[in-house]
Amino acid sequence: MSTSASSPSTDTGTTPVTEPVTGAATSASESAQRESLPGAAENTGAAPGAKPYAAYLLGLADDAMVYAQRLGEWMTNAPQIEEDMALGNIALDLLGQARGLYPYIGSIDGTGRGEDDYAMQRDEREWHNVHLVEQERGDFADEMARLLWFSAYQVELHTALTGSGDDVVAGVAGKALKEVRYHLDHASLWVVRLGDGTAESHRRMQAALERVLPHLAELFDDDEASVLAADLEVGVLPSTLHDAVVARVARVVEQGTLTLPDGSRWRSRGGRAGIHSRPMGSLLAEMQHIARSHPGATW
Amino acid sequence: MTAVAVESAVAEAISRIPDPEVPVISIADLGILREVDVDEQAHTVAVTITPTYSGCPAMEAIASRIVFEAARQGYAADVRTQLSPAWTTDWMSDEGRAALLRFGIAPPGAVPVAEPHGPVAVTLSRHVVACPRCGSADTTEIAHFGSTACKALRRCNACLEPFDEFKAI
Repeated sequence: MSTSASSPSTDTGTTPVTEPVTGAATSASESAQRESLPGAAENTGAAPGAKPYAAYLLGLADDAMVYAQRLGEWMTNAPQIEEDMALGNIALDLLGQARGLYPYIGSIDGTGRGEDDYAMQRDEREWHNVHLVEQERGDFADEMARLLWFSAYQVELHTALTGSGDDVVAGVAGKALKEVRYHLDHASLWVVRLGDGTAESHRRMQAALERVLPHLAELFDDDEASVLAADLEVGVLPSTLHDAVVARVARVVEQGTLTLPDGSRWRSRGGRAGIHSRPMGSLLAEMQHIARSHPGATW
Repeated sequence: MTAVAVESAVAEAISRIPDPEVPVISIADLGILREVDVDEQAHTVAVTITPTYSGCPAMEAIASRIVFEAARQGYAADVRTQLSPAWTTDWMSDEGRAALLRFGIAPPGAVPVAEPHGPVAVTLSRHVVACPRCGSADTTEIAHFGSTACKALRRCNACLEPFDEFKAI
């Protein structure tokens, strides 16, 4: 993970890609979408079939989509070819989570957008993922620290969401739960191996646990969209997941002879409201480049 | 286990479609074909499939193959993907397991019980998987993730051959 400053950027036009050529109707709905922040239920209230918790689901889907993109960067870059495969497979599972949610979100937020519209046609300020998943790829220990926390969070999240009042959400969560347990297992195994390995691997794993720290609090923030979704018994309040996630991570850290660092002096914030850190723009540029350069292309 | 009634030629043709990534096993034996509803009058067939993994890239190929096979029998197919209940290797038929074994892939064992006391951090060699070539139980996991999302990579310590294990989920 990069140690670069993650102060929220407030500029909106940083994504160096050209706007897609779209029809007037699409442009109108996109601008309407841009004005809304998560939790702005009134935006979706007008359309038939609209449900007010679309913004909450978008946050979950965007976490999965953006982390899939970051993990995909490890292909050909991991320390072993088996790890290329492992991180690529984990990325694929996360992409599957996002694909399970995007078309459904399009059907309940009143826009009718499809999965490619969400993944490829949104600008930085329209993404609602946490900063944790958008941070640049660091060394392998950094990735295992991030994967340990994120998969521990997803295990608790999807366990809770299997009881969601929305059948689609419960279905996606039930499917994802089996997979994220395996992700957690994989990250745990590496954190223990590196922590309880050589002096060098221990030092670097410990340093990674400290570097990831400022980006964790955001996972457990009860923002407006999640409060609304929890009230409707569709979502779960992120703060209620905190203790169980920390307990999971703490057990692994202890087994790896590592120390769970104390709270950070600073923390990232704003991702759920579309305010992102510097690496987000270049991530989107790389991810969306082909789709935006060739609007409507199929293969 | 897969409980798909095969009462018509079109249903049978669909149930025999091989999995694109592990072509020795049919989609019915793999347990991903959940329902085939044939309307003989309208010459349509409604097919429900479920992915092995959320991001399984084979789903689109399977869906288009179903449409193709149905069309060959003179039916229009409507393919639906269903996530819930989530696929489990317990839905794999005995015929499917035998086919995997013949192909050199260790079939899935019992689905592990969800961790009662949190994550087991070190899982290497946590369960016994017999070598599909020589049958030895002395095998080691060498990679948690194999050539596809549904497989892990192992090595037999007796005959020294590497092999794929179909992960139980």
